[in-house]
Amino acid sequence: MKLPTLREAGKEAQLLLIGIPVFLWTMIPIYHMFLFAISPKEDAFSGKLWPDHPTLHNFEIVFREQHYFLRDFYVQFWNSTVIAAAVGALTLLVATAAAFSISRLRVPGGRVVMNLALFTYFIPAAFLAVPMYRTMATYGLLNNHWSLILAMVTIASPYAIWVLKQASDKLPVELDEAAVMDGATTLQIFRLVYVPLMMPSLVAIGTYAVLLAWNEYLYAFLLLSNDRDITLPVALGNFLAADDSPWELLMTTGFIYALPPAAVYYAFRRYMVGGLTAGAVKS
Amino acid sequence: MAITLSASDVPSAPLSARLSPPQVWGIVLLVPYILVFLAFVVYPIGYGLWLARAPSNYVALYNDPIFARAAINTLIFLVIGINIKMLIALFLSGFFVEQRTWIKWLSVIFILPWAVPSIPTILSVRFMLNPEWGMVNHIIFSLTGDDGPNWLNDPTIALTMAIGVHVWKSLPFWTLILITGRLAISHDLFEAASVDGATWWQKFRYVTWPSMQTLYITCTLLSMIWTLGDFNSVYLLTGGGPADLTHVLSTLGIRYLRLDQLSLAMASIVCAMPFVLPLVYFMMKRLSR
Repeated sequence: MKLPTLREAGKEAQLLLIGIPVFLWTMIPIYHMFLFAISPKEDAFSGKLWPDHPTLHNFEIVFREQHYFLRDFYVQFWNSTVIAAAVGALTLLVATAAAFSISRLRVPGGRVVMNLALFTYFIPAAFLAVPMYRTMATYGLLNNHWSLILAMVTIASPYAIWVLKQASDKLPVELDEAAVMDGATTLQIFRLVYVPLMMPSLVAIGTYAVLLAWNEYLYAFLLLSNDRDITLPVALGNFLAADDSPWELLMTTGFIYALPPAAVYYAFRRYMVGGLTAGAVKS
Repeated sequence: MAITLSASDVPSAPLSARLSPPQVWGIVLLVPYILVFLAFVVYPIGYGLWLARAPSNYVALYNDPIFARAAINTLIFLVIGINIKMLIALFLSGFFVEQRTWIKWLSVIFILPWAVPSIPTILSVRFMLNPEWGMVNHIIFSLTGDDGPNWLNDPTIALTMAIGVHVWKSLPFWTLILITGRLAISHDLFEAASVDGATWWQKFRYVTWPSMQTLYITCTLLSMIWTLGDFNSVYLLTGGGPADLTHVLSTLGIRYLRLDQLSLAMASIVCAMPFVLPLVYFMMKRLSR
């Protein structure tokens, strides 16, 4: 093996000088969460970098719902799951239909709708939250899962429509023309030509909507309040209500809550990075 | 379901007579989104603006010291937070395009803050900064023998920490976007520059930057809009405290809402519109080209 030249070694050292701080900066908050999850309370609160007696006891308490703050853990986990799945499915339905209509059928006024959707995309979600809360009260949906589902579909759809429209504009028109020549109806084109060709983008958008809903804190905490209706992030926020919060259990629950989205993200990374970042900022 | 019949089945309907079946389907398929838009965007915004119409709201806001403080905090958050974040992202995008196996692995880890939900990680940072039991002050004590600062009880430090949390959370996303920008630059340009003996700064100044500046500026503006709506970084770390001194506009609106002052909440949001709407207009022009 050839020894690296001084110049190469210098370059490598430079890169490490950037890489190590980047690694530490990224990992410290996540490691700290993990550390709490495997530490008994005394170790967690003593600021140790590794517990004297690492344990899975905290996980046991969470999974057995053996604490006041955790008595509805499974219900809340289920709420998060159902809401995320519903938001994913509804967003896909609404956005795919709209994108197909605007991009392939060139419906009159489609461009206007696209621009209105884009406008919604650029309103900061925290600003829309205030009137949204009031609106859900008017509709009588507060403390009903539908309020959060519909709010998240509202927030997820604009971007979904935009990405799907960009992707479908790239499909050749000849495909539709050929299908029409073969006597396909509009719905058949949608089902048999459009949806199969759009699969990669649909996976990306479905994942995007599911993660958005699973991770949402603000809307969930405004719209839902009963202990058995709330989602996991709201339950995590509620831990802070007590002065002597069981932080080791809070971090354990948080760790469990963070695992599914991280797993989904890495599983669909190929689709996500291509489909979403390229669409986020068109250069 | 009448509208799903083919156009010829509906006699003497002027609209459907002019539309071909695909166009009728086009309208039908667009209706779900239009309904969502009307019910959950148009109605809430219209209602909110109606609530915020009274000038007395704005007088009340003007007289509320917390509002003035929140407006200043928001400006600091935007001007300092975003520029630091984007400059680091620009720098790191150059680092991550280096061809090394370990850098490839690091880039997989680097995405984590963006891939995991904010709540547990921000709360994790919050405990790290706890003056008595947090890890940071334990480390400071063991290194220097002195007590560390009371991080989140000092408004300046607390706001700085909230900006730090925001950068931690969103840096991976913007770095990823700028990496795509860098990868789009033709490699020949860099080789030609190397042959001409250009330093790394000259390569950046005359090759990288000219091809990336539009993307960089678009990202900065987009990030401004989104950062205005960043509720979690401030609310979960400081809760707006101490003494309501670290609020930003997004948390302040929610604070008024929680105090049942809905029209004040809407008015505080309306106050942000002169900044938001030009940005939105600009972004829409860029994206709908």
